[in-house]
Amino acid sequence: MSKTQVIVGLGSCGVAAGAGKTYEKIKALQEAENLDFMLKKTSCVGMCFCEPLVEIVDSSGTYLYGGIDENKVFDIINKHVVQGSPVKEYLVHTDLFKTPENEFLDDQVKIVLRNCGHMDPESIEEYEARQGYAALRQIAGEKISSETVIQKILDSGIRGRGGGGFPTGMKWRFAANNPSDEKFIICNADEGDPGAFMDRSVLEGDPHSVLEGMIIGAYAIGATDGVIYCRAEYPLAIKRLNIAIDQARENQYLGKNILGIENFNFDIHIKEGAGAFVCGEETALIASVEGERGMPRKRPPFPAASGLWRKPTNINNVETFANIPWIIINGPEAYAKYGTEKSKGTKVFALAGKIKRSGLVEVPMGITIRDVIFKLGGGIQDDKKFKAVQMGGPSGGCIPEYLADTIVDYDSVNATGAIMGSGGMVVMDETTCMIDVAKFFLDFTQKESCGKCTFCRIGTKRMLEILIRITEGEGRDGDIELLEELAYQIKDTSLCGLGQTAPNPVLTTIRYFRDEYEAHIYHKKCPAKVCKKLLTYEVDTEKCTGCTVCAKNCPTNAIDGDRKQIHFIRQEDCIRCGECYSRCKFDAIKLF
Amino acid sequence: MPDLSLLDPLIRKYKGRKGNMIPLLQGAQNIYGYIPKEAFEKLSQDTGLSLSEMYGVATFYAQFRMNPVGKHIIKVCHGTACHVQNANSITDAIQDALKIKDTETTEDRLFTLESVACLGCCSLAPVMMIGDDTYGKLTGKAAVKIIKEIRIRESQNDEK
Repeated sequence: MSKTQVIVGLGSCGVAAGAGKTYEKIKALQEAENLDFMLKKTSCVGMCFCEPLVEIVDSSGTYLYGGIDENKVFDIINKHVVQGSPVKEYLVHTDLFKTPENEFLDDQVKIVLRNCGHMDPESIEEYEARQGYAALRQIAGEKISSETVIQKILDSGIRGRGGGGFPTGMKWRFAANNPSDEKFIICNADEGDPGAFMDRSVLEGDPHSVLEGMIIGAYAIGATDGVIYCRAEYPLAIKRLNIAIDQARENQYLGKNILGIENFNFDIHIKEGAGAFVCGEETALIASVEGERGMPRKRPPFPAASGLWRKPTNINNVETFANIPWIIINGPEAYAKYGTEKSKGTKVFALAGKIKRSGLVEVPMGITIRDVIFKLGGGIQDDKKFKAVQMGGPSGGCIPEYLADTIVDYDSVNATGAIMGSGGMVVMDETTCMIDVAKFFLDFTQKESCGKCTFCRIGTKRMLEILIRITEGEGRDGDIELLEELAYQIKDTSLCGLGQTAPNPVLTTIRYFRDEYEAHIYHKKCPAKVCKKLLTYEVDTEKCTGCTVCAKNCPTNAIDGDRKQIHFIRQEDCIRCGECYSRCKFDAIKLF
Repeated sequence: MPDLSLLDPLIRKYKGRKGNMIPLLQGAQNIYGYIPKEAFEKLSQDTGLSLSEMYGVATFYAQFRMNPVGKHIIKVCHGTACHVQNANSITDAIQDALKIKDTETTEDRLFTLESVACLGCCSLAPVMMIGDDTYGKLTGKAAVKIIKEIRIRESQNDEK
């Protein structure tokens, strides 16, 4: 009988929720009581909403416990490990019976995330035990030609998972068809979309899957060197990648004549990003690797013909690479079984915002947005009203509630005006102001614009100024039309994807929430009660206790009232700073 | 005047290598916490990279700082998920408590406050990072409490 295992999830989210302390407490308890079990570490399994997670595997089955902070450690270990009695109230998933959280995992198909949360990401042996490097070995052992590898990827139908959605097999073929003494394969691990953390989990949880995908890609296109461009904000991912690269070199998966394939010499190194969203764009990324300002370049020539150091280069996203070994081992038909006609396979989404169960989900393309949010995600926090879901980051758009039955695939999402993007899905409820969201995104893209193209550089600034005016009660008749005019001009005249898509959040919010724009502009009201300058603050005469805290803190002395008497806000002097609202302990300030 | 000899190993590692500009700047910042003017000049002299190009690259990327920072850098996340969960109130509360604005450093040089685009911990929104430690599900009050505790620890260390 094998030993009981106690596995603690130590991805960045887990650690932020206190999993590090949980691990230390379990270790201390094990030593103090001399308990007989294997204590192991793993990465994020995607159930971020109930971190810290501890999995116990014993002879009766697998039990995943959620919310196990250091205070619950004794309970779990004592009852389950020592007494052999699982603690139902903390269980979030098990195969043995249904728990309320089972719905989060049940509809998922884990291809990209196949190993995340199920192995120690710093162990190449555990990766190999889960079919790791079997794809590469198969290619070497059966002497599969590079053209055959490319055909398999083409047949799978996989499209770039970074957001572009370009058929990966076709991209590889372009690079393969350009002969050169030097060729590069680059992994775009810049994951700059705010709200997206899919790539982080794969890099932290299963770095070898990315390496194996890159090595197979390098073989297919004839690359001589590989670069992983990883954002510096992911220090754990960089650490794990470095460990994995060293291990791969030791095991001859990187180096000269890899696995006996003659003249297949390939190595990978890491380049850290330096904090520029635009470097997620492939030509800007290349400029950054070359040590320059990350400013995009004209295409053609495309990187497949002339990329890094002017040599043929193929760039793919982390998620795309992680799919490759699975496709080779299981065959392209197995992959194409999932998804829709033009969008094959699965997609990883980062569910965040006003949702009950936030985290990472990997679902087959073709599932509806409604199912993702309500079935897997458990619906809206505090059971508030679902308003919109933002997809595609700053390049994407807001899809309103009445389009929630849109299926998740490239073409269907594009038709709404949003884009699939890298996979960020931020859920919004009735308390989210859509103009504020549009302003937020434009503020972001404005700061991140590299400045090369006039319309992107200045146009986004003008759009932002208009949005700021609207949110401060200075909206004017004609503003919506002006925003649209600017938006289309910026889209038409920008060199790169940043400028071409920066206006999307504004265009989609105008399309679907025009009434909210009109309320701000013509009635000077913010229906979601977010835009401070458009709110009216009044004292709730039934709740006010006359404690005088609001009056004492009002910066313009606009509140009248003696101690123990109901207070009153003089609207003509109120600057709508919100100070009284945040200070009142009796919920006695009403917002209109 | 910063000790410029600390740059020597870095320069030895990257001199003459293609695409070395950003790793050199990152290395310099890791040593001093920011990139002093004198460091730019030494790097330029020793590696042959032009000063104007170096400034061009350093000012392009958000990571590089040209001014000294505090011992603890507080990064408040303002990504989409955090924004929707009221990240503004976290920055407001910290600004209020430390009496500094975003990008500024406290007078005792203990804390620098920064807003960052996304830390990738969206399920724990709103989030902040101090050094390598991440704190999630914050309120303005909770954030200020964490910072006060660091300040107390620092003054205890000073007394020792």
